[in-house]
Amino acid sequence: MTVGCTAADLVTAIRAAAATVAEHRVELIQLDRAIGDGDHGENLDRGFKAVLAALGQSTVDDPSAVLKLVATTLISKVGGAAGPLYGTAFLRASTAVKDRAELTAADVAEALTAALGGVVARGKAEPGDKTMVDALTPAVQAATGESITEVLTAAAEAAQAGADATVPLVARKGRASYLGERSAGHMDPGARSTALLLRAFAEAAAR
Amino acid sequence: MSRVGLVVVSHSARLADGVVEVAAQMAPNVTAVAAGGTADGGIGTDFDAVTAAIENADGGAGVVVLYDLGSARMIAEMAVEAADNARLADGPLVEGAVAAAVAAEGGADPAAVAHAAENAAGPPDEPAPTTGESEEAVVTLTNEIGLHARPAATVARAMTEIDATVTVHFGTATADGRSVLALMGLGARGGDRIRVTATGPRAADAVRTFQELAADNFGD
Ligand SMILES: Nc1ncnc2c1ncn2[C@@H]1O[C@H](COP(=O)(O)OP(=O)(O)O)[C@@H](O)[C@H]1O
Ligand SMILES: [Mg+2]
Repeated sequence: MTVGCTAADLVTAIRAAAATVAEHRVELIQLDRAIGDGDHGENLDRGFKAVLAALGQSTVDDPSAVLKLVATTLISKVGGAAGPLYGTAFLRASTAVKDRAELTAADVAEALTAALGGVVARGKAEPGDKTMVDALTPAVQAATGESITEVLTAAAEAAQAGADATVPLVARKGRASYLGERSAGHMDPGARSTALLLRAFAEAAAR
Repeated sequence: MSRVGLVVVSHSARLADGVVEVAAQMAPNVTAVAAGGTADGGIGTDFDAVTAAIENADGGAGVVVLYDLGSARMIAEMAVEAADNARLADGPLVEGAVAAAVAAEGGADPAAVAHAAENAAGPPDEPAPTTGESEEAVVTLTNEIGLHARPAATVARAMTEIDATVTVHFGTATADGRSVLALMGLGARGGDRIRVTATGPRAADAVRTFQELAADNFGD
């Protein structure tokens, strides 16, 4: 995808993300079992399967509408904290690129910034609290480049580095925070899923 | 008069149902709706169910939404933002729901109902000093359970409707006459003697109403 990202391109990317979530379902469950209640993979897989169904049922004519459909579906179907958090992220991204038929690399970077703003507004987590914010914050900082592929690849790599860096942290937000010191030594499941989603988007853009 | 409705959002359907059950016992005329668990019966929160519960709980006076933890707060927040008739109450779930239900039963507005829920965890407020007449009486409790659940709710409800500041004294402890939790916290049982003091424009009415309720064993 060397030029802009149309609604159809975005739908392709979302489908790729859903496939990645399904593929990593067990891994995310295991990460969440260590410091949470073990449902993160289940929650996201349920949500993205519902997203696939919703995309199949409706015609969405611009990228903003695609993002909004993803948002409302995740909010309704995920069930855990990831629902309102990713839901708000996609909703803010949708608003950020309103009325654009095709997204540019700059639009994608802007959408990522808006998504981070949504997660922080909803969950009130700060960097270092051992949440998805620890993956999304460096992703947004790294999200620069000439093409959408460059932007997303840089974001995805930074997100994974951020997720890896959550391992030694003690959780201060979310369910894992009830564990206190015992939450250290494990990767945050939400940070990992953020990195996985961004990698799926980046790979879809490169195709 | 339409009363403020309540919605209880929990990760567990049984927990939400149970909290509604406990709250409803104290407030027979308040619509309290449970929104617990995911659509497929699992543990979690369901945005659509919370949105529907807010609609069902509203009799025209608005809705106050209570929640348990984490994602329940976020889902409740989003549902409240999407509705134009609801507000959140950040209080302990069980005590908050009971306090909110009693406040709603007494005709409080949404802000006051939320306030009741949010203050349910702390120690009872010191009754504010007021001017006007002051009145007091010593009352012997003749019902078996004394100032417990339903009687406490009956008293709190009646006192909420009278323009007076009512304090109930038992031994060295005192309780705000409008706070069901504070009244229950006194632990006054059948046979105990309590003292009721009231200040404000209708202090005499308040004390007389209290005596009448006690003479009637609080309706038990
Ligand atoms: N307040 C918050 N802010 C940001 N992210 C959060 C917050 N609470 C939880 N999370 C993220 O959500 C993930 C857990 O998601 P999930 O398992 O679906 O929800 P739940 O904790 O309700 O079971 C965590 O790993 C963390 O990244
Ligand atoms: Mg979980």
